[in-house]
Amino acid sequence: MLEVRNVDAGYGSTVILQDVSLRVEEGEVVTIVGANGAGKTTTLRTISGLVTPKTGGVFFEGEEISKLQPHAVVDRGITLIPEGRQLFPDMSVRENLLMGAHRRDARGVRSETLDEVLGLFPRLGERLDQHASSLSGGEQQMVAIARGMMARPRLLMFDEPSLGLAPIIVEQVFDVISKVAASGMTVLIVEQNVWHTLKAADRGYVLENGEMVLDDAADALLENDHVRQAYLGI
Amino acid sequence: MQTFLQIIANGLMLGGLFAIVAVGLTLIFGIVKVVNFAHGEFLMVGMYLTYLLTSGLGVHPYATAVAVIPILFVLGAVTQRLLIQPLMHARDEHIQIFATVGLSTALINLALLIFGADIANTPNYGVRSQIQIGSVRILEGQLWIFLAAILLVIGLQLFLARTNTGRAIRATAQNRAAARLMGINDRFIYVLTFGIGAACVGFGSALIAPLYPTSPTIGTYFVLIAFVIVVLGGLGSIPGAFFGALIIGLVDALSGFYIGSDLREAVVFGIFLVILILKPSGLFGTRVSQAHVSP
Ligand SMILES: Nc1ncnc2c1ncn2[C@@H]1O[C@H](COP(=O)(O)OP(=O)(O)OP(=O)(O)O)[C@@H](O)[C@H]1O
Ligand SMILES: [Mg+2]
Repeated sequence: MLEVRNVDAGYGSTVILQDVSLRVEEGEVVTIVGANGAGKTTTLRTISGLVTPKTGGVFFEGEEISKLQPHAVVDRGITLIPEGRQLFPDMSVRENLLMGAHRRDARGVRSETLDEVLGLFPRLGERLDQHASSLSGGEQQMVAIARGMMARPRLLMFDEPSLGLAPIIVEQVFDVISKVAASGMTVLIVEQNVWHTLKAADRGYVLENGEMVLDDAADALLENDHVRQAYLGI
Repeated sequence: MQTFLQIIANGLMLGGLFAIVAVGLTLIFGIVKVVNFAHGEFLMVGMYLTYLLTSGLGVHPYATAVAVIPILFVLGAVTQRLLIQPLMHARDEHIQIFATVGLSTALINLALLIFGADIANTPNYGVRSQIQIGSVRILEGQLWIFLAAILLVIGLQLFLARTNTGRAIRATAQNRAAARLMGINDRFIYVLTFGIGAACVGFGSALIAPLYPTSPTIGTYFVLIAFVIVVLGGLGSIPGAFFGALIIGLVDALSGFYIGSDLREAVVFGIFLVILILKPSGLFGTRVSQAHVSP
């Protein structure tokens, strides 16, 4: 479904990603594991069209998308739930969710989608008319995830959804991600919480200093010595 | 008392006129985050268009709005697309300011070339006739401008609050990066918003032209006051611009009478400085200045 092929990418003249390749098949949950600054966010931003590859390409359902503007990538069916939530602070929760359904394929069915999404996040139903900036961190993360789902994407990407949240909220976030995955959504996820994520994923990639050093089934990565030492602290 | 009421009425009418110029300026600033120094010249272009269409076709100046509004929309949209957008990635944001100052000068010189320095009087079709409301007298055209300003402010607010496009415009202003991730074409939003801001002043031009003689530098007078109003009302706030305009209109009229008409502008700009010092976010402002465009 998604293929990143031999991509070099970065910011200005700085190259961050070097010869990065990865694939995500329909219905899979795939994770990218890596230390701070390894280039995980840059990889997701490259898929989203926020960063343009210097060489190599990004392909979605066989078509190259790496030269598209971010909004055109969203129209193709790829949605990124960004690091740090990035809500619209002066809009209500309801308006934030409606913005998620801006994409043409999602706009016509947005009230149905809203009902479905609120089914997953009952707490948000009580907060629809509140300003997004007045919510707690955990609630804001829920809005960010719900807003991403409002786009009815074919591929949903998460960047550090549990960052900065209390352990009990982290559990809830992973609970929601498992439900989303169980509904058949294709998911690409980047997380600090490596153990949790590998438990939820089918396959994983390990990114170090902008290069893919390992890729395998999630179970196998959980048993891998390097992964255990470097990322699981076992 | 009679005189006082008349001064208040004059001030409010003047405020309505200022509002109709300032609303588009504050919209462009609030959303595109560009200070459009050519805004006054957009007004000038609109007034000349009204003049040409009214005297050339023999139609009522208000009827020319049908043509002036779309032409000004295109002028604004083209300014954003061809002048501002290529500079969006410039290292220094001030370059955009120089660009709109340059456009302003270019438009003034173009008008001088075409029309010369003489003033052009738009046929007024009776909108300069006086009407009496209670004990005060105002020009019919002033009342129309005042009502049009109210309609414009309400219309814009509803558009921004209730429509999909309006929401997308607000979302882009609040968090451009996130808006792009929602599938919003941010560049299109900026072009559209600049166009709408210019169209607003186009609407104003058709109403203002029959009351004021048009000259190449007419915009400079109005736009300086409009900047004061935009700061007073809180950068980017449309209701703020409206009430700010009424306040400045009243201050202008009252100080013109009680202090002396030579000093009106000094008083208005004195207020401007006091606000910048005491409440830089303006009377209705929230936290605008932090919300800068992310790269
Ligand atoms: N906008 C930017 N401009 C320049 N350099 C950047 C930019 N964003 C990130 N970088 C650099 O790119 C490198 C990779 O950053 P990236 O955000 O992709 O890492 P990450 O793996 O997501 O890290 P983290 O776990 O901290 O989120 C870092 O060295 C970072 O400093
Ligand atoms: Mg990151």
